[in-house]
Amino acid sequence: MPLNCKHLLGLEGMQKEDINSILDTATSFREVLDRPIKKVPTLQGKTIVNLFFESSTRTRISFELAERRLSADVVNFSADSSSVKKGETLKDTARNIEAMKIDMVVIRHSAPGAPHFLSNVINSVIINAGDGSHEHPTQALLDMYTIREKFGKLDNLKICIVGDISHSRVALSNIYGLKTMGAEVAVCGPATLIPRYIEKLGVTVFHKIDDAIQWADILNVLRIQLERQDRVFFPSLQEYRKYFGITKERLLKSGRDVTIMHPGPINRDVELSADVADSKYSLILQQVLNGVAVRMAVLYLLGTRS
Amino acid sequence: MPASTKIIDQKDFDRTLARLSHEILEKNKGAGNLVLVGIRTRGEFVAKRIAKKIKEIENREIKIGFLDITLYRDDLRDKLNQPILKGTEIPFDVSGRDIILIDDVLFTGRTVRAALDELVDLGRPASIQLAVFVDRGHRELPIRADYVGKNIPTSLNEKVKVCIKEIDGEDAVYIIEPKKGDK
Repeated sequence: MPLNCKHLLGLEGMQKEDINSILDTATSFREVLDRPIKKVPTLQGKTIVNLFFESSTRTRISFELAERRLSADVVNFSADSSSVKKGETLKDTARNIEAMKIDMVVIRHSAPGAPHFLSNVINSVIINAGDGSHEHPTQALLDMYTIREKFGKLDNLKICIVGDISHSRVALSNIYGLKTMGAEVAVCGPATLIPRYIEKLGVTVFHKIDDAIQWADILNVLRIQLERQDRVFFPSLQEYRKYFGITKERLLKSGRDVTIMHPGPINRDVELSADVADSKYSLILQQVLNGVAVRMAVLYLLGTRS
Repeated sequence: MPASTKIIDQKDFDRTLARLSHEILEKNKGAGNLVLVGIRTRGEFVAKRIAKKIKEIENREIKIGFLDITLYRDDLRDKLNQPILKGTEIPFDVSGRDIILIDDVLFTGRTVRAALDELVDLGRPASIQLAVFVDRGHRELPIRADYVGKNIPTSLNEKVKVCIKEIDGEDAVYIIEPKKGDK
């Protein structure tokens, strides 16, 4: 089914059928990734610009691979080597690039709402690759795809997002998406990193990691984002690890077979111990692989939509 | 209601399948190196039927896969309607195999072009042969079938519908004529 939206700005308000459509379509692209020639001619003749105003490894490579595997023409832009340095505004940058006849823009920006703003000033299809601490819809979609792949469903599963909820776009997109799909969602972290009123989104709050492990089927462990913390939210990394770090010892003690996910990059032995990150509990590399398929699905559905 | 005429009934349908299967086996001197690939949606079911017939004749299982050619279509950029992806499932290596590519109706040849492109992306088959249940003419590309269930000359505004029990509740072929005044 064609999507009901022209852009992918966020998962807030996105309809269940649209999310299902993206996840189902991604299954077909996942198969393409196992072929000897991992490329289909679907977006031939389309030009996609990756506008990255903020650094990124995984998301950027994942998007670029997805675009190239759909045979689109790809242009990369990064803020630190561009006219943005000379003071050009986002609007002017985008309109100038669009004047060169492009079809889609993938944007990452530190300002929440930047993709929404862009969708009002240019005609191209906009895909949000992360806007500040607001949303990161393709990450949440690939998380949901990975969960669905392992558990065969999303409804009635219990997913706890652990860590810095306040500064996390991954957390917010996951909460919106998972709630829409009928999953139960909780968050866990130091009180200083959990937004007030988060319960209004229909999530449970845990302040003790052992309680969260007892409750959850899946822990989606977030990176402690030191670059977004303009003041001190917890005394030290050691203390964070002691109270919230996921260790093998903790998992074994709980007696539960809980699945671990992480959007990357990992601060090893802070939020996640190395022996868990590389263990059978972890779906981390599966997430990375599925990310390409899910982004191909989004690009295909938005790029060929009538 | 557009008028439809049944031109192949259940019995004919079965005979045609049997003949197609025999022809495929005869030309390839048995099922030794053969694999079947059906084009989704209806080619998938025709392929399953032929696989069943071949099993009855040769008493051996033949490998079968399904192709979703959507990603290789040449009209995606026209954005008329966005087809739902059903996925390609080829659970074997196509390299070195003799592939029988199967579809229900051969018309413009554009679907077969897309299928050929997809197949060669999956590997290097020894050969690809085309089997169709109905050839209705009006080719727009230089493509012909190696095995044809039935040649049905049609006008461009007629439709040919192959019905399969698994989807449509019966095995039959209909020609559907457009309502008067329709284009």
